[in-house]
Amino acid sequence: MSTIAAAPEPSYIDVSYTLRSWLTTHDHKRIGLLYVVSITFFFFIAAVAAAIMRVELLTPAGDLLEADTYNKLFTVHGVVMVWFFLIPSIPATFGNFLLPLMIGARDVAFPRLNLASWYVYSLGGLFVIITLIAGGVDTGWTFYTPYTTMFSNTHVVAAICGVFIVGFSSIFTGLNFIVTVHRMRAPGLNWFRLPLFVWAQYATSLVMVLATPVLAMTLALVAIERILQVGIFDPALGGDPLLFQHLFWFYSHPAVYIMVLPAMGVVSEVIACFARRPVFGYRFMVYSLLGIAVVGFTVWGHHMFVSGQSMYAGMVFSLLSFLVAVPSSIKVFNWTATLYRGSVSFEAPMLYALGFIALFMMGGITGIWLAALAADVHLTDTYFVVAHFHYIMVGAAVMAYFSAIHFWWPKITGRLYPESWARLAAIVMFIGFNLAFFPQYIAGFLGMPRRYHAYPPEYEVLNILSSAGAAVLAVAYVLPLIYLGWSLLRGPRAGSSPWGATGLEWETTSPPPRDNFRRPPRVDGPPYAYDTERGHGP
Amino acid sequence: MSDLAGYFPDASIMAGRIDALLLALTLVSVLVVGGIMAVIVWFAFRYRRGSPAARGPAPSRSRTLEVVWITVPLVVFLIIFVWAAMLYLELRSPPADALAINVVAKQWMWKVQHPGGQREINELHVPVGRPIKLVMTSQDVIHSLFVPAFRVKQDVLPGRYTTLWFEPSREGEYPLLCAEFCGTDHSGMTGRVVVMAPQDYDQWLERNPGAGTLAQQGEVVYRRHGCSGCHGESATVHAPGLAGIYGRRASLEDGGTVMVDEGYIRDSILRPASEVVAGYPPIMPSYQGQLDEEEILALVAYIRSLADREEAAP
Amino acid sequence: MAPDAVVPDAPQFEDGEQRRSAATLGMWVFLATEVLFFGVLFGGYAVIRLLNYDAFVVGSHHTDVVLGTVNTAVLLTSSLTMALAVRGAGLGQRRDTTRWLVLTLLLGLAFLGIKGVEYYQEYQDALVPVLAFRYQGPHAQGVLLFFYLYFVMTGLHALHLIIGVAVVGAMVVRNRRGHFGPEYYIPVELTGLYWHFVDVVWIFLYPLFYLVARV
Repeated sequence: MSTIAAAPEPSYIDVSYTLRSWLTTHDHKRIGLLYVVSITFFFFIAAVAAAIMRVELLTPAGDLLEADTYNKLFTVHGVVMVWFFLIPSIPATFGNFLLPLMIGARDVAFPRLNLASWYVYSLGGLFVIITLIAGGVDTGWTFYTPYTTMFSNTHVVAAICGVFIVGFSSIFTGLNFIVTVHRMRAPGLNWFRLPLFVWAQYATSLVMVLATPVLAMTLALVAIERILQVGIFDPALGGDPLLFQHLFWFYSHPAVYIMVLPAMGVVSEVIACFARRPVFGYRFMVYSLLGIAVVGFTVWGHHMFVSGQSMYAGMVFSLLSFLVAVPSSIKVFNWTATLYRGSVSFEAPMLYALGFIALFMMGGITGIWLAALAADVHLTDTYFVVAHFHYIMVGAAVMAYFSAIHFWWPKITGRLYPESWARLAAIVMFIGFNLAFFPQYIAGFLGMPRRYHAYPPEYEVLNILSSAGAAVLAVAYVLPLIYLGWSLLRGPRAGSSPWGATGLEWETTSPPPRDNFRRPPRVDGPPYAYDTERGHGP
Repeated sequence: MSDLAGYFPDASIMAGRIDALLLALTLVSVLVVGGIMAVIVWFAFRYRRGSPAARGPAPSRSRTLEVVWITVPLVVFLIIFVWAAMLYLELRSPPADALAINVVAKQWMWKVQHPGGQREINELHVPVGRPIKLVMTSQDVIHSLFVPAFRVKQDVLPGRYTTLWFEPSREGEYPLLCAEFCGTDHSGMTGRVVVMAPQDYDQWLERNPGAGTLAQQGEVVYRRHGCSGCHGESATVHAPGLAGIYGRRASLEDGGTVMVDEGYIRDSILRPASEVVAGYPPIMPSYQGQLDEEEILALVAYIRSLADREEAAP
Repeated sequence: MAPDAVVPDAPQFEDGEQRRSAATLGMWVFLATEVLFFGVLFGGYAVIRLLNYDAFVVGSHHTDVVLGTVNTAVLLTSSLTMALAVRGAGLGQRRDTTRWLVLTLLLGLAFLGIKGVEYYQEYQDALVPVLAFRYQGPHAQGVLLFFYLYFVMTGLHALHLIIGVAVVGAMVVRNRRGHFGPEYYIPVELTGLYWHFVDVVWIFLYPLFYLVARV
């Protein structure tokens, strides 16, 4: 401590140690950490719900839980994982922490709005906790009408309030990032010198800002309809339940890209660093990020091929869904090509990133199955879909989240973690994930519908495998808590750039000072200026 | 998919063709994922830090490569799209001679009405080798009828009819499931489809007679609710006759036309003022709340039978 | 009077120009989210109208086209006075700015007052869903939905206007205290953008509820 106290400028952590200084901070780095704590809390709530479900599904009969309890568990799991963990996961934590650092700014454009977004998130989270204490909600995270508006006997309105409110926190974050990237870049840092992580945050922010209001308004209408029994989504009242589905998926499909675009940004940084090569096809990587964000807005109807929407609408949505798969495949090819003639090393962040690519491919390619109309008719609403989106949202996105934690941990905390434990956790996570979710592809292929509290006995073996995998996965998620906690207290000090990575965030001290840079940075070249020959950074 | 046949039977004429698509998707997926994984592992090994592999100056971009790996997936995707879409068109277009069976879903059971008036719950008896069209609606929330052995699924909505068709190709019993979350007993909303030889099916129909055919049941509803008072031949009220209208296009008061099908008849009973036939005043009251879904389906069958009678007469 | 504007601290910016361009861009992004927020309602209106065309014809005959038109004129005029207020602030004409801001405020209040009269009439005619709805004619269910959308959409618009009036009120106070000058009047400018947006929303609401089925 004494050496730091003697330094001319204290790190953002050492500015003040009071709780008040954290709760009233305008520092993007501290706000990012407030988010880390909050989303970790909600992650474990949702994970416990999943664990209980996996125990119930060990046997075909619904013997451990009441059907209603099971229905509430998968609803809570979905609502909390989607809106309180995955959506904010990378943007609100690493986006907040790194975006200003990476573009050489002192902070985001609107620091007070940034802090407000965390309070708004917390308020939304409070509603979810109230919902849970009051007895839960059983509509599924999709809130389909008229079940949600007329038939459910659970605490729908409280849950909707939570989701409605938390939406504003992502709108605030997205707005802040867009303006920050447009207006706050360091001198010389033109658009095509931006790291891909920044581009990914930017594309994500566009989606957040344009999709979230649609969800908010739609859910508000659902709540009004439930309370007043007048509304536009229930056929008994003259409304149209498909209208709800269209509006819901208009948000919720792009929401998948809110989860996966930032993950792609993380992986691009990590792969370039540990291959000691610039990301292959940088411009195509940028265009594909933007392409996914834009085309992602036009494919929502592929969730509704058997919903009763018109056959021709189904065909258009199917075609567009195939098109949105193209930029995703461009990214995989470019990451692969980045390794070519590199100088590849396998530290924990890299293992997580390679795990991301494998799981993202497996999740993405099954997306092709579901975009193919006649195949989707059989597969939709089965465990095949459950496996597909868990490969993308949990396999890929959470792997990338862990990759980011391990990559930027030394920058954030100024400490190193035990490398071999981190590698072990990455490998266990990869194995556990595949064991948990690959059997679900097969179960769904064979016709096991999702959201089943009890299921026909022929699926028992697959479900036992899946539950076993979930147990392994649970170990892999708890491991980092332990060794990162140790690192926080006892870890050796990290230098400013322990990986030899390029990028402005590595040029300042670890942890960075309150205003990020002691001298305002200038940028005079493209990103990822790695020297492959010598196998280290500049 | 024959090795899965016991576990995952293909019991409709479409099932085998959809399985071919699924098989192709499996092959493409294994090839693509396996291929790329192999390349990644190879690169990662060969260019591991400290390996003697030649590095040299390597390009960090290549327009040609990008164009190749944009075009190749795109072409593959488009082929899959066309293949799957053509199958889907067939799945969504029931043959004209299909046997129409009504399904009414409610929390948490499937109620089935056969044209002969037979009714069953959570069971669906059908003859092998004949196209079957299910006309489905829900009394409460959205359900989804799913028969894995036929590779078909269709959501069942309240307030409208959706249809689904299949042609069973193999006798046997197959699970019938609800695939859209519908509340507490969603996972218990299951039943079975019994595919029978035609003669067995005929016997089954005889053994389980309803109170007359569905059309006759509809006629009872028709009289009980006094429909003939306006729509009958001797009625003095100016209302359109119902004989022979099913399956035709009717012109509407607002200038458009509409196909008189199950959905239109249902809407006309429940929301009579919405699409009024040209030349008639909008005087019919709504029967919303007075008829349940099964009665409406019986009425539809009755009106449809009037058209069939018309056709049969020279 | 105080010669210089009181510029709140914002250390994240390099200079005033960066600050101003960031603030305006932020406002535009916020307005984009608002467009989508209202967009759901407009989309819902379109679909429900398709399903209940005749009912919407009936419904739109029960709104007060005279008051609706007067209100449109009031709101359009307020956009003009708002624009003049922003111009005044940019030129440092503090007294003019106050005058135009107060006029904008009054026009906003007038709109809300007229809207309130309309709501009261509709309450008396028993056209308010849930609270008092006794319309028994043809298409009753569709008319109910028409008025449901009418109250949700004009209500949400009115809520935006109430917020706008409060913000304009705050601008009057701050302007009189001398917080603004030619070098710093970002808040007035942003208030103007917001005010024009609320106005534009009304330009779409007005034909949908008052005019569309009258021809």
